[in-house]
Amino acid sequence: MAKVILKLEDDISTDIIYPGRYMATVLPGETPRYAFSDLPVNHRLQAGEIPAGSIVIAGKNFGCGSSREQAASCLKGWELRIIAPGFARIFMQNAVNLGLELIICPEIEADEGDELKIAGGKVINHTNGNRYEIRPLPQARQRIIDAGGLIPYTRQLLLSKQK
Amino acid sequence: MGMTIVEKILAHASGQAQIRVGDVVEPRVDLAMSHENAALVINQFHAIYKGTGLEPKVWDAEKITIIFDHRVPAESAKTATNQKLVREFASKQGIQRFHDIRGDEGGICHQILPENGYVRPGAVVVGTDSHTTTHGALGSFAFGIGATEMASVWALGRVLNVEVPGTIKVVVSGRFQSHVSAKDLILALIGQIGAEGANYKVLEFHGETIAALPTSGRLTLCNMAVEAGATAGIVPPDGETVVYLRQEAGVQEELELLGPDADAEYDRVVSLDVASLGPQIAFPHAVDNVHPIEMAEGIPIQQIMIGSCTNGRLDDLAAAARILKGKQVARGVRLLVFPASYRIYTRALENRTIFDLVSAGAVVMNPGCGPCLGVHQGALADGEKALATTNRNFKGRMGNPSAEVYLCSPEVAAASAVRGVISDPRKVE
Repeated sequence: MAKVILKLEDDISTDIIYPGRYMATVLPGETPRYAFSDLPVNHRLQAGEIPAGSIVIAGKNFGCGSSREQAASCLKGWELRIIAPGFARIFMQNAVNLGLELIICPEIEADEGDELKIAGGKVINHTNGNRYEIRPLPQARQRIIDAGGLIPYTRQLLLSKQK
Repeated sequence: MGMTIVEKILAHASGQAQIRVGDVVEPRVDLAMSHENAALVINQFHAIYKGTGLEPKVWDAEKITIIFDHRVPAESAKTATNQKLVREFASKQGIQRFHDIRGDEGGICHQILPENGYVRPGAVVVGTDSHTTTHGALGSFAFGIGATEMASVWALGRVLNVEVPGTIKVVVSGRFQSHVSAKDLILALIGQIGAEGANYKVLEFHGETIAALPTSGRLTLCNMAVEAGATAGIVPPDGETVVYLRQEAGVQEELELLGPDADAEYDRVVSLDVASLGPQIAFPHAVDNVHPIEMAEGIPIQQIMIGSCTNGRLDDLAAAARILKGKQVARGVRLLVFPASYRIYTRALENRTIFDLVSAGAVVMNPGCGPCLGVHQGALADGEKALATTNRNFKGRMGNPSAEVYLCSPEVAAASAVRGVISDPRKVE
């Protein structure tokens, strides 16, 4: 069971997830403190009030805008999981590459504070009693996830090329 | 079944005769571009090699280009240190197409690539910048990727797990009115189909209006394809493409002009007629919040920016200068101008465009991204309204979430600078 700690509207851009003014910070170990830095949730993250595995509910087209990978690495740093009806292309690819868990769930309904469980291809909202179908990620992306991210996947390919 | 341009490019780059939408391919890369975020790419590149016993070596230094543009000259010690790291890496790996902070080679990546002839029709171009879509203007399949994905490209020379995208055919007819341009067209299109109207798809531009459009305007169109969610924008290469590559970019070699098959299959067709199109404005805080200028006229503006990878080219600056020549920027307005490259800057000096702009009260800054992404130069005060020829107006985009950004063409920006409120350029001259 995990709690919804933030609910967002449609078309949340990478400028909301990771504002451009922090773009000089690039390393995945250093980006999490700027996650959603213009929203109150940032203080709760930094205060350690939000456990790993907590859930962000977003609207359609989450992560639109810039290709900045910090937008994925800052959320990965807190081990947040994002549930949305859909994600912008570059953000989704960055998330897959870094191992940030994205859940595509077109019908999702949940509010801040709701308790959710993700199991058997469904999101189960224990607060409102409903279940919502998860749409699987495209097969191609699953290969990267199974390898543990794009860095280990590329390493495998590189080593197999050397043989 | 016939193929679209992007299907043809991907089939060729993947060594396949036929390809279908939804197929997963791993095309070879012809050009891999990064800017300051190469610092992160380098970090991830070294992580790939960790524990392998292999020497980290890029697959082909001639196919990699790095341009400093986002924060030039550096705004902080952190950026300066990142730039130093990238400089040293480029030198060590033998990356020749490295554009440092210099008046003889610098500029915004999306202008440096076309003007130096790095992009060819039919090429696969990837860049760690979402506006890499720009280079579809020269008939390449060009799209944005993240830093880790670029590190993988540097190691393998291929981009992994590309799903062949569907294509939306955009057919544009009619002649632009005076003071209406490619920027107004792309804003109108994004307003019509929405910020995710082309998600995971390609926008392929056709029609008499596109055929008559110079490369600078095509670059503007494809640049903003990503604002409709598109993976790429593309213009079928034609005589204009050849003239640009030969005369402007100095490309000598034979060019193959790949077009779509007559029976190519499209997801859908969108038709626009520009004959009756007036200037367009994207209101805060969404690029698809587009309205005709009549809805915006009279809104007071405190800062105006002309430039960026969307509209910082010579004809953009010249269009603004024609309106501003002999007039003054209104008191209370700061007009910042960023030429897209030093080549453009130099020409604008030679033809007195810069003189006219500065005489009118503009502040001409060094080529680069400037305040567009809110990291450097030209910050906005709380509650201020900015008008910009850039490509994004998301909340906080220019560095201050308490400010608002409106998007427009260079002509609207110039006319508005004169009056201090958003103004229709058709009424100012």
